[in-house]
Amino acid sequence: METVVKRLGMWALVLMASIAAIALTPDSGFAIHMGIVGLVAVILIVATATSYDPLAKAQSIFRMPPGAGRYDDDVIRWGVIATMFWGIAGLLVGVVIAAQLAFPQLNLEPYLNFGRLRPLHTSAVIFAFGGNALLATSFYVVQRTCRTTLALPGTARFVFWGYQLFIVLAATGYLLGITQSKEYAEPEWYVDLWLTVVWLAYLAVFVGTILNRREPHIYVANWFYLAFIITIAMLHVVNNLALPVSFLGAKSYSAFSGVQDALTQWWYGHNAVGFFLTAGFLAMMYYFVPKQANRPVYSYRLSIIHFWSLIFLYIWAGPHHLHYTALPDWAQTLGMVFSVMLWMPSWGGMINGLMTLNGAWDKVRTDPIIRMMVLALAFYGMSTFEGPLMSIKAVNSLSHYTDWTIGHVHSGALGWNGMITFACVYYLVPRLWNRERLYSLRMINWHFWLATLGIVFYASSMWVAGITQGLMWREYGADGYLVNSFVDTVAALHPMYILRAVGGLMYLSGAIIMAYNIAMTIAGRLREEAPMGETAHDETADRPLPVPAIAQPAE
Amino acid sequence: MSTPANTGAFEGHKKLERNVTLLAALTLGVVAIGGIVEIAPLFWIDNTIEKVEGMRPYTPLEQAGRDIYIREGCYVCHSQMIRPFRDEVERYGHYSLAAESMYDHPFQWGSKRTGPDLARVGGRYSDAWHVQHLKAPREVVPESIMPGYSFLAETKLEVADPAANLTALRHVGVPYSDKDIAAAKADLEAQANPEADAGDLATRYPKAQIRDFDGDPSRVTEMDALVAYLQMLGTLVDVNSAAAQEQLTKGDKGR
Repeated sequence: METVVKRLGMWALVLMASIAAIALTPDSGFAIHMGIVGLVAVILIVATATSYDPLAKAQSIFRMPPGAGRYDDDVIRWGVIATMFWGIAGLLVGVVIAAQLAFPQLNLEPYLNFGRLRPLHTSAVIFAFGGNALLATSFYVVQRTCRTTLALPGTARFVFWGYQLFIVLAATGYLLGITQSKEYAEPEWYVDLWLTVVWLAYLAVFVGTILNRREPHIYVANWFYLAFIITIAMLHVVNNLALPVSFLGAKSYSAFSGVQDALTQWWYGHNAVGFFLTAGFLAMMYYFVPKQANRPVYSYRLSIIHFWSLIFLYIWAGPHHLHYTALPDWAQTLGMVFSVMLWMPSWGGMINGLMTLNGAWDKVRTDPIIRMMVLALAFYGMSTFEGPLMSIKAVNSLSHYTDWTIGHVHSGALGWNGMITFACVYYLVPRLWNRERLYSLRMINWHFWLATLGIVFYASSMWVAGITQGLMWREYGADGYLVNSFVDTVAALHPMYILRAVGGLMYLSGAIIMAYNIAMTIAGRLREEAPMGETAHDETADRPLPVPAIAQPAE
Repeated sequence: MSTPANTGAFEGHKKLERNVTLLAALTLGVVAIGGIVEIAPLFWIDNTIEKVEGMRPYTPLEQAGRDIYIREGCYVCHSQMIRPFRDEVERYGHYSLAAESMYDHPFQWGSKRTGPDLARVGGRYSDAWHVQHLKAPREVVPESIMPGYSFLAETKLEVADPAANLTALRHVGVPYSDKDIAAAKADLEAQANPEADAGDLATRYPKAQIRDFDGDPSRVTEMDALVAYLQMLGTLVDVNSAAAQEQLTKGDKGR
């Protein structure tokens, strides 16, 4: 009883503080954000009050783990659903902004202009879709590989819901124009502080579970998850150092300026790719690929070498986003050299993943989940080759500021991050909901081909667009003057922008088929379909023809 | 296959695999090095930012315009960083100097040119062109794919506390004087209103352009602020003067 009263008091204080902030702030966007915080406090008050009844508590969404005999999978189930939800949302916004670039009439000022929707798309796919996939899989993998339940189960639930609040505040903020304009770190100071709290709680749950482990060794996937959590904490805190104008307003000014701010941002930006989208997703690869293939990881030594070299080298690569800018040359060159070196540890991860399939390559034909994993690793290999190529200054002078960069990012994001996440979700859902199998394997096949074709449309149209525009910008005529005005180079890209939108739409359709498949599986349905990967065999037809009457021997 | 020394190194790794504290501490150490070596020196190597004549903090109106530029996500499609290539210098003007963004909290160099670079757009077009273009881009440039921003002309510029903005910027290193901060609110109104008394605005902020920007002198709108910001971009440092070139080559020594 006492704890319930204490909790109610705490949420009521949060509610009152948010109401006070709404009343006092002159900033309407900040007021809306405080309204969201207040709403969450109201939900928590209701939830706490109703959960006083211990029986109701067990049934409520905040229910506690089933006990030491079972893994604590509630947060993982929520995380899988959140991954699918935010994935569809993020891809949908992506298709909308792709269409806006082809048909600018689709911009609806002020809230749905491209400038406000683009950060919504990037944050939704990276932090909402990718972030929830990382949260869910890391909690799943750390329990299985440590053979223990989650340490701090209450904190784990706080991490999940706290992270969703971060996503909602960030996403609504972009539409309201609340941004600090640092790419992939757009949320303002108070949302950053909240994420810091959530992230440290995440670190505590993860490390706590490892400390409680029943296995002597920490499995390789957990090294990657740990490096991802620690490094993102470091990058997030340093890059978001800023001074709020007022504690009752959203606006803040970055602690750094100009050239220092630029390099700090791209040190962050490149390693959001390196640690969020690479180290974290490699951790997923290191658990789910061996599990699905039913083979041990190819090389233990390769995993040690490529882990340490990957995390050491990645951090240096940031300056390649600033080639030929006012950043000093020495920093640009250092960034380029390390980016080229980074090729090797990146391919170390790809090789370790692909070679794990040694002796199980036939499964690529029969198992659509394995096929997705192989495609993800292939795209990981391709984009980590393309990245070092584009970081070479001579190449970058052409590719920078063009759509080639956009194409590169998407072959990594759609091909590697998307496909490996889909494969992991397909692996997890029947196990988490205790189903015999997925609703439909044939739908995975549809998803696979729609997504693959979508990526091909996307990446190739952006290569053509980027190289076309880069060459047009620098084209000189025989008279020694520039041939193209800027807007000529924009008009030239129109067909490519349409093709890109088509590619995005195909990728989104694949994801919608997946969402249906997952929903049906959770609902406990099984689709009646011809099994995949087996040659048709009809037992009743497997008979010799009846002996014809004519062949009866004559008497 | 492997030499005994090699085996030893991999044996040693087992220690890390059994101790999460050690593993976490070593990971943090390894990932911290790159940033420390690359970023930290930028704060104390003197020639990172050239010494140039003419740089000054933004006026309150320009800063308000800059805040709108950030709010609308203009940086998503427009860079403010001209690279030292023949075609870029001919298209946009002298390549950008680090000093030109020394008071930019945060920087706005951008990463993508869906639209052209804006580092030196100031003075290239008339105010009327900017207003028309922002309201309906395709009426001025038929092939443009820019969104429209007509609401800026209809929205009164409301900055809760211009002095507080300048104070925060001073705390992070922009050299606003006490007088600048005290006069912030008056400066904000006066720069866009030809009827008002601008006082010593032009002496405290050299090259500040004082006029009505949005074609509606009766009030100060968000359009006034954004156009005032766009019209000052790249106009502060006279990069093409002989004296500036000489200073630049001096600054480049040891680079």
